[in-house]
Amino acid sequence: MIYFLCGLLLLVGLSGILLKRNLIKIVISLTIIEYSLFMFLAVVGYKQNALPPIVKSVTEEVNYVDPLPQAIVLTAIVIGLATTALLVALAVRIYEKYGTFDIREIRRLKG
Amino acid sequence: MNSSSVAQYILPVFVAMPLGGAFLIQLIKKISKGFCDIIANFILLLLLILSLSLLDNPLLVYKVGGWMPSKGIPIGIYLVLDGFSLLLLVIINMIGLISLIFSISYMKKFTNKPLYYTLFLLMIAGMNGVVLSGDLFNIYVFLEVAAIASYSLVAFGTEADELEAAFKYQVMGTVASAFILLGIIIIYSITGTLNLADVGRVLKDKVIEAPIILTGILFLVGFGLKGAMMPFHAWLPDAHPSAPAPISAMLSGVLIKAIGVYALVRIMFCSIGVTPLFADIMLVIAVVSMTAGVFLAFAQWDFKRLLAYHSISQMGYVMLGIWLMTPLGILGGLFHMLNHSVFKSLLFLNSGAVVYGTGSRQLKRLGGLNQKMPITGCTSFIASMSIAGVPPFNGFWSKLIIIMACIQSHHFSLAALAVLVSIMTLVSFLKVQKYVFFGEPKQELKDKKEVPFAMCFSMILLAFLCIIMGALLLPGVKELFIDPAVNTLVNGKEYISLVLK
Repeated sequence: MIYFLCGLLLLVGLSGILLKRNLIKIVISLTIIEYSLFMFLAVVGYKQNALPPIVKSVTEEVNYVDPLPQAIVLTAIVIGLATTALLVALAVRIYEKYGTFDIREIRRLKG
Repeated sequence: MNSSSVAQYILPVFVAMPLGGAFLIQLIKKISKGFCDIIANFILLLLLILSLSLLDNPLLVYKVGGWMPSKGIPIGIYLVLDGFSLLLLVIINMIGLISLIFSISYMKKFTNKPLYYTLFLLMIAGMNGVVLSGDLFNIYVFLEVAAIASYSLVAFGTEADELEAAFKYQVMGTVASAFILLGIIIIYSITGTLNLADVGRVLKDKVIEAPIILTGILFLVGFGLKGAMMPFHAWLPDAHPSAPAPISAMLSGVLIKAIGVYALVRIMFCSIGVTPLFADIMLVIAVVSMTAGVFLAFAQWDFKRLLAYHSISQMGYVMLGIWLMTPLGILGGLFHMLNHSVFKSLLFLNSGAVVYGTGSRQLKRLGGLNQKMPITGCTSFIASMSIAGVPPFNGFWSKLIIIMACIQSHHFSLAALAVLVSIMTLVSFLKVQKYVFFGEPKQELKDKKEVPFAMCFSMILLAFLCIIMGALLLPGVKELFIDPAVNTLVNGKEYISLVLK
């Protein structure tokens, strides 16, 4: 179920990038995509009735959660922060030059 | 302690030194601006020498933090150097050094030179990390370091065009990273490991499972966007011309190879495994990039934009060679990758010199620069002939090998198409030569003169490499540099046992 919701969130973000005309809304859509991936990562690492992975004795068989996805999520969030900050900075500079956030009016380049 | 166990400690230096240098420059920029030039160039020179000193080593593995594998399963982060990584490592640091020498003069017109060096070194650190990394998640992290540095470098001029191109580039780049991360998560949830070799070991018997096909598609789209393969190329013709010339040279000569083609080929060949269907899809993408890139380049009248479209076309050749999956094809593909990084960065530096000398990059406004800027004209002629595949220069040899490989594997139509695209490239570059360099200089160009020494020096260096690099195919030299890289890909699955031993 929750996998399905992550997928839905990803699609919401993707459609936002494709359909929205406002630079800031595009940035928000990108963040939504990133958050859907973070949630997906957290779900992948989830285990029912498991303990935090702090190993006290090697011999005892205990059900630990997987610590790796949590570490990865943390790194990915930091990278996402850097990306968003740079994008917003670019959007602000574009607004200074063009006087608009509308991508229909920001098309000096042909692609 | 034998020599290879000492050599493995060099590997983290490739990431650590540019990272350290990047922040050192920010610290000392108050004291002396000229010092920043020296530090940045010195770091790149040292890295180039170090990467060349690793030439005849076998596969090296460095376990970060000394985390030894437990019961044969790797726990820590691995840095791995084999022939294929080494080829990329040499390309990155060589082109990086030459672009930096060029920047000493060229970047004077921009205000914040220390910031430029910081971003440049971060990009180098990221790319070195991508090619050395032995696990999936570190490939993602280093790829993002390189990519974020390159987004800001594209916007470095902070004019309207640059900002627009950088925004477009970053939106596409971030979507690509999201796809790559999703692919990595799916791989992790199937195999429970991120180490490339370990993933390969776990997946050995189940190549055709549905989640693996899904990850294949995700990686194809993600790295395809990063590497500007044809359906995903839209950012490249805007981003490459907007960046300052040395950065265009780096983006086109190195970045799209290191974080696009290299990463995809490494993950597919050495870890997940290539299905025939995937190879066929890649061949189609390669051929489409190769042909459509050159057609789109035909219509361009902006010097740098024309070069950017040719980048797409030439990367099509590289992928065509590699994804034929025959030893000869891989040899041609990798050799063309090396050659393309040399002549394409030379062409972008030429365009930078033209812009620096005349202030324009519209082909119709230029003319007769051979008389005013003889060194720029001469080196660009060499580079143009090289990219078009005219015999004595390096581009000819690699294209010849790729065409031979097509014929060997009975893809006759592909071989014919490769020849045709090569001829069209020649026509396109004759147009550049005619409009920019030949003939009589226009009235407003009469008082222009040659660019400063540092810029001439780096262009002459690259032109020299264009002339002599065909010699890398001679027996004796070939075994040293090209063959280890080709063998890594031909025996892709050997990587697993070599790393895990």
